[in-house]
Amino acid sequence: MSEAVIKCENVYKIFGSNAQKMLQDANGNVDAKTFQENGCIVGVNDASFEVSKGEMLVVMGLSGSGKSTLLRCISRLTEATGGKIFIEGQDLLKLNNKELINLRRNKMGMVFQSFALLPHKTVVENIAFPLQIKGIKTEDSISKAMDMVKLVGLDGRENYFPRELSGGQQQRVGIARSLAVEPDIWFLDEPFSALDPLIRKEMQDEFLRLQEKLQKTIMFITHDFDEALKLADRIAIMKDGIIEQLDTPANIVLNPATEYVKKFTEEVPREKVLTIEDVMDRSDSVSSDLKVLKDEIIENVAEKILTQEKSVSVIDQNNKVVGSINPSKIIQTVFGGRKSNN
Amino acid sequence: MEIIKKYPKVFQWLFLLVVFFALCFAIDVPETYKFIRGQAEFIKDPNQSTFVFLGKEVRYYAFDVFWRLPPLLGWLPIWINDSLFFLMNEWMPMEFWNEDTQEFKTRPLLLQISRNLTAFMTFLIELIREILLGGLETIVAFTSWDFIDAYPWAELPGLPWTIVAAGFAILSYKLSGKGLAIFAGLTMVYISIFGQWKPSMQTLSFILVAAPLSFAFGLGLGIAAFKSKRVEKALYPILLVMQTMPQYAVLVPALVLFGVGDHAAVIITMVVAIPPMILLTLLGLRAIPPEVIEAGRMSGCTNWQLMFKVLIPTARRDILIGVNQVIMVCFSMAVISAFIGAKGLGFNLLLALNQLNIGLALEAGLCISLIAILLDKMSLAWANKQIDYFGNLTFYQRNKNLIFFGGAFIIGILLAYIGSFYFKEGFNYLFEVPHNKGISTADFWNKGVDWIFETFFVYIKAFNTWLIQEVLQPMRALYLRMPAVATLVLVVGAGYLIGGIRSALVVCALTLFIALSPWWDRALVTTYMATFGVIISCIIGFTVGTLCFQNKNSAKFMLGVCDIFQTFPSFVYLIPVMMLFGITDTSVLIAVIVYATIPATRYTIEGLRSVPAGLHDAATMSGVNKFQRLTKIEFPLAFPHMMLGLNQTIVFALFMVIIGAFIGTEDLGQYILKALSDKNGAGIGLTLGICVAFIGLIFDNLIRTYVGKRKKHLGID
Repeated sequence: MSEAVIKCENVYKIFGSNAQKMLQDANGNVDAKTFQENGCIVGVNDASFEVSKGEMLVVMGLSGSGKSTLLRCISRLTEATGGKIFIEGQDLLKLNNKELINLRRNKMGMVFQSFALLPHKTVVENIAFPLQIKGIKTEDSISKAMDMVKLVGLDGRENYFPRELSGGQQQRVGIARSLAVEPDIWFLDEPFSALDPLIRKEMQDEFLRLQEKLQKTIMFITHDFDEALKLADRIAIMKDGIIEQLDTPANIVLNPATEYVKKFTEEVPREKVLTIEDVMDRSDSVSSDLKVLKDEIIENVAEKILTQEKSVSVIDQNNKVVGSINPSKIIQTVFGGRKSNN
Repeated sequence: MEIIKKYPKVFQWLFLLVVFFALCFAIDVPETYKFIRGQAEFIKDPNQSTFVFLGKEVRYYAFDVFWRLPPLLGWLPIWINDSLFFLMNEWMPMEFWNEDTQEFKTRPLLLQISRNLTAFMTFLIELIREILLGGLETIVAFTSWDFIDAYPWAELPGLPWTIVAAGFAILSYKLSGKGLAIFAGLTMVYISIFGQWKPSMQTLSFILVAAPLSFAFGLGLGIAAFKSKRVEKALYPILLVMQTMPQYAVLVPALVLFGVGDHAAVIITMVVAIPPMILLTLLGLRAIPPEVIEAGRMSGCTNWQLMFKVLIPTARRDILIGVNQVIMVCFSMAVISAFIGAKGLGFNLLLALNQLNIGLALEAGLCISLIAILLDKMSLAWANKQIDYFGNLTFYQRNKNLIFFGGAFIIGILLAYIGSFYFKEGFNYLFEVPHNKGISTADFWNKGVDWIFETFFVYIKAFNTWLIQEVLQPMRALYLRMPAVATLVLVVGAGYLIGGIRSALVVCALTLFIALSPWWDRALVTTYMATFGVIISCIIGFTVGTLCFQNKNSAKFMLGVCDIFQTFPSFVYLIPVMMLFGITDTSVLIAVIVYATIPATRYTIEGLRSVPAGLHDAATMSGVNKFQRLTKIEFPLAFPHMMLGLNQTIVFALFMVIIGAFIGTEDLGQYILKALSDKNGAGIGLTLGICVAFIGLIFDNLIRTYVGKRKKHLGID
């Protein structure tokens, strides 16, 4: 694995007047209930993880699960109560105000659920805002911002005000603004949750296209499990401030760690998430006429495999056979392992 | 027992009333008690008792404690006076350099500060006044009288009225459009033709100094309160009291600190105008979505950049609504400040009213009202104006208005120049129409008033006598008959039933302050007048509001009317009532009713309007008729908002009752008016003002607590 860009060690965020002291007394054993009885609310409970360069970590949880709080600790919009956070090896919590501002001006970009555009500035001025804050000259910042306008496909609307744009267009501005300073780290806090389903899908595709081009290190917050599966390299599922499971989408679907995670995975159409590699038989290397690539999503090749009667061989990019898959396994993956109410 | 369990609140209230009336009957009126007219407290009367507190001797008529509490706070006004005197005249004497005499002089620090402040304000006012009207004080301030004597051409010429009128029209056009521009132009022409130009410009210059300063301070303090909880907590009680304090009670201490004249008035106007600015700044900043602030932070803003590039522009509308409030308060203060010698329209109005020249008063009043509407509409238009994109416009398009103004400026000067030849004798009407040399309709109005008096005198008199003898006197007697202890029990009990122990304690403290001041009787009279006004206002307001609500257009029309009436300084309302009813309590009460009906009507309509459309549809589908919908759905849901209207109605009524002292009432206002002409009035004026504010705050606390609970109960925000 490449180096960790974001690294969290035992991060806690506890709201309340004497949170600091209670956390010390708890000695690393934080119980939400006892804290609540003492007037404290646990936002993030012992979060430890790493995000490596170019990786997209999606933090998924329902409202109140602490996912946004976690993001705000890492962007230091709120101060973590305990633990350590490293951004590219720098201890984030030890930075003074000036260093923090510097970090944000050069390394971080953030997109918000409600777009958070400045109502008194036009599209291009909004995008140029972080650049101007940095002290870049007006013309330079505007020309840079115009590049961003093109990147998110808003050319022709650069002189509109946010009030004149639709939700999807506003979020494009938000995305462009967060990218204007060319940050390495990209935070997205439920960026598509306020949009209509159709627009949301369009924006997700657009987002994947952008990420392919830019290769940022991303923390993406969502409450939509499908969205998490679609976008993530790895998913962290949070509940009551605790990270229940952190793994690749396939592993989460195949091996949910807790009952809570299982509830989400039950309804997931596995053939859309899993690849052949996830379900193939590694020991048995038959050689058949039909060969399937191990990275294919099951859904895309299921029809082909199901026309066969015997196992089909699985190959990697170098055409080397790495395993086999039996048509019955496909049927089992699609229909088995779900809730068996009927 | 079952019934008691079913309606516990009703029985608690009944019990409270029973206790109250029992106390009223149990406590007899002492034989020596009589309502003290005039300022008997200050005359040495052998029947009076005395006590000494902090070295101050307080004299009062002693009664049974149950009947009237002794004025244990009687020392407060005396103490405030002495403290002010000490601070101004004795505290921290220091050496100051005197420009005129070219030598050091010993002066108390505060006096020096006050002098410097007044000198600065005087300079600002003169500067703007002379730009508008011409004069030589400003030039003198930079040079000397000798210089002016040597070069008599060096005085500021003043702008011809045509230019100012054009300026207003163009500015209105920029802010709003054609409609307002025409209104602005016509208003200015009217003012000029009717010979009110000079006082109007004096008033305007007053506002042009007071409003920007109040804005700056209010914005600064609002930001400070937004940033620090501690500052907010410290400011909060002051803001609360200032909102219910009658504007003219604060004039009295200004007199002591800053003397008589425009400068004192400007300073005290700022004291009154800053609180609403703070509140609206705070409101606007609070309303900013947290994500916008976070977006600013994540863009790498420093605190300074965050405040001025993100927060303030985002809260622009609320802050500009604050500017609107500031301007309106400044304007109404500019009128009332005539009492402490501020020049302008208010002064003319006061003079005319004192001479009972209703015609002149009406003209000045009309001018005041027109300018009030104009300033209100202009500042609101500014607040509601959305910024447009200017990048692609040509130079001409961008600076169109400025170019027009430049043109108007040149034409105005040319006209004035031509005028100086044309009107060789006497006055140059194209430069300025002198006061009282314009068209005057005063005679017409005076004759009209005379005619009304001659024709309807009998009826008005009969109505007046009936109202006073059959309604007002008994009501007043009833209020005065309440023993202090019984009143206290009633108010505190109501506080407890509505808001629990906390509310009860707050209300108790406020009531005790008034009860322990020397003016309990007066406060009762104030309350009785306000109560009478509020009851009638509410009946009218709720009825009119409900009726107007039945039709969308009429509701809109009514709200517009309320808007316009609300902009008039309260003082203006006294003119028509004095015209019709002369100098009696009836006049005051009718002014109170007219003034206080505005919020009652407005809040009724707004409350009914705020009922969600979905509920209307749901009700219609349940098959209700119009009346059922009103009583079963709209009234219950609009009730909390209507109660807030009641709160406003009470505040408005109190303000007007106090100002009514000018006509002659025997309440707290009378003493405030007297304090204005009293050398030692500062302490009395301030304490009286606080008493009035507290009466308002008692009701404010009760109503707000009730509304809060009710809204929670109904689940509306």
